[in-house]
Amino acid sequence: MMAPGAENRSREAAVETVTGYNFGYLDENTKRMIRRALLKAVAIPGHQVPFGSREMPLPYGWGTGGIQVTASIIGPGDRLKVIDQGADDTTNAVSIRRFFARVAGVGTTERTADATIVQTRHRIPETPLREGQVLVYQVPMPEPLFRLEPRVAETKRLHALADYSLMHVKLYEDIARTGHIATSYNYPVMVNGRYLMSPSPIPAFDNPKMHRMAALQLFGAGREKRIYAVPPYTEVRSLDFEDHPFVPIRADAACELCGSRESYLDEVVTDDRGGRMFVCSDTDYCTTRQGTQGSAREAAE
Amino acid sequence: MMRAGFADPVLDAQACFRAVLEAMARPGRVHRVAAPPEPPAPLAAAAAAVLLTLADADTPAWLDAGAGAEAWLRFHAGCPLAASPAQAGFVLACGAPPRLAALAQGTEEEPHRSATLILQVKALEPGAGWRLTGPGIEREHRLLVEGMPPDFPAQWAANRAGFPCGVDVILCAGDRLAALPRTTALEIG
Repeated sequence: MMAPGAENRSREAAVETVTGYNFGYLDENTKRMIRRALLKAVAIPGHQVPFGSREMPLPYGWGTGGIQVTASIIGPGDRLKVIDQGADDTTNAVSIRRFFARVAGVGTTERTADATIVQTRHRIPETPLREGQVLVYQVPMPEPLFRLEPRVAETKRLHALADYSLMHVKLYEDIARTGHIATSYNYPVMVNGRYLMSPSPIPAFDNPKMHRMAALQLFGAGREKRIYAVPPYTEVRSLDFEDHPFVPIRADAACELCGSRESYLDEVVTDDRGGRMFVCSDTDYCTTRQGTQGSAREAAE
Repeated sequence: MMRAGFADPVLDAQACFRAVLEAMARPGRVHRVAAPPEPPAPLAAAAAAVLLTLADADTPAWLDAGAGAEAWLRFHAGCPLAASPAQAGFVLACGAPPRLAALAQGTEEEPHRSATLILQVKALEPGAGWRLTGPGIEREHRLLVEGMPPDFPAQWAANRAGFPCGVDVILCAGDRLAALPRTTALEIG
């Protein structure tokens, strides 16, 4: 029996592997350089390791860092899922998935549970990740302090000294001005109690999922040429204050398609008279829930 | 005659790297190198595979495995040989390893510029021996290592105390490997 939505989910299966490129597009010297950076990044959780980011066949800002990390770890036995803001069917996600189907001949999937590598832009899947999976983040700006301290040499020193008072002052000023910490995405975290880290622009709602996640989390910033990582089961704490604890933000509504009250929602404007609806940002989660609801309804009838 | 490196340099290196990455991400878990090269003695399969996977012209290596192994590594990986362990990015020890404190430690600003010590030991067995805790470990991993210098736990404690600086260790025995990143706490069980 086919799983719900299986027909339209397999529509990309016919992508042909191209010849004339090394497996995974990158040359072996580049992969080795990235692999060495990845190992040091895992050994020093949250620390940004510089790497020689290569020119990729898509522009900076489209996930070149994530693609280079994925290209360096992926093997023929892997199954790749790519999401863009939670969705499997957006331009960026589809083209990156096709890219790896063409240059590495790997299987792709839209199901979180079936994937061994999930490359993501700005979301963590709702389905909890397990051991054996790797989550690769596309990171536009790896330096969490860059709006507060523009000099790279200075931010390196602040990380060396673990001096993150600038960020605490910024959060305090948020509270002083608005009464709460007005950061809804890219919310800074402390990794393993030592390094301040940018979680990439995921919604603050997703931050708690990073804490002691069973999967390995790798971060690649192509333009900024940095790689960092969070090993499995590592403490990831969102920065906050005792009297203003971190609160993940979620729209107070249920998904109009699957009815979920737990998932992160996108607000969709439906007309020009103020009509709007909320739907799950994670398309796989939403489709799977609709599928099980559909088959439960059929069984009841 | 020169002995062979990886049969498939691209996919074998990828498989070996994933084993090392998993080992580094989950310290104490033992992985097997599926398609190892055929290194000259005393170099064993896993240690040789790790070097071929990670070392190249950019990474000075130091090894104590003799001229045959050095020539093999120079030929297949093309890495320069460092004059002393302190100058090497990868240090491979088949016999008594150099002291951890004698290897490149990285700096407070650039702790990633530290050495990786590949330590060839007699045997690796999960489920007994050292109690490991830290990032990558849900509760506790146990790892029995045969053939370690008796003062290694003390050296390791000092190495860990220097965080974020410090050396990372890849333990290899035959075609098996495990890793100890600098964050791992080690208790004699």
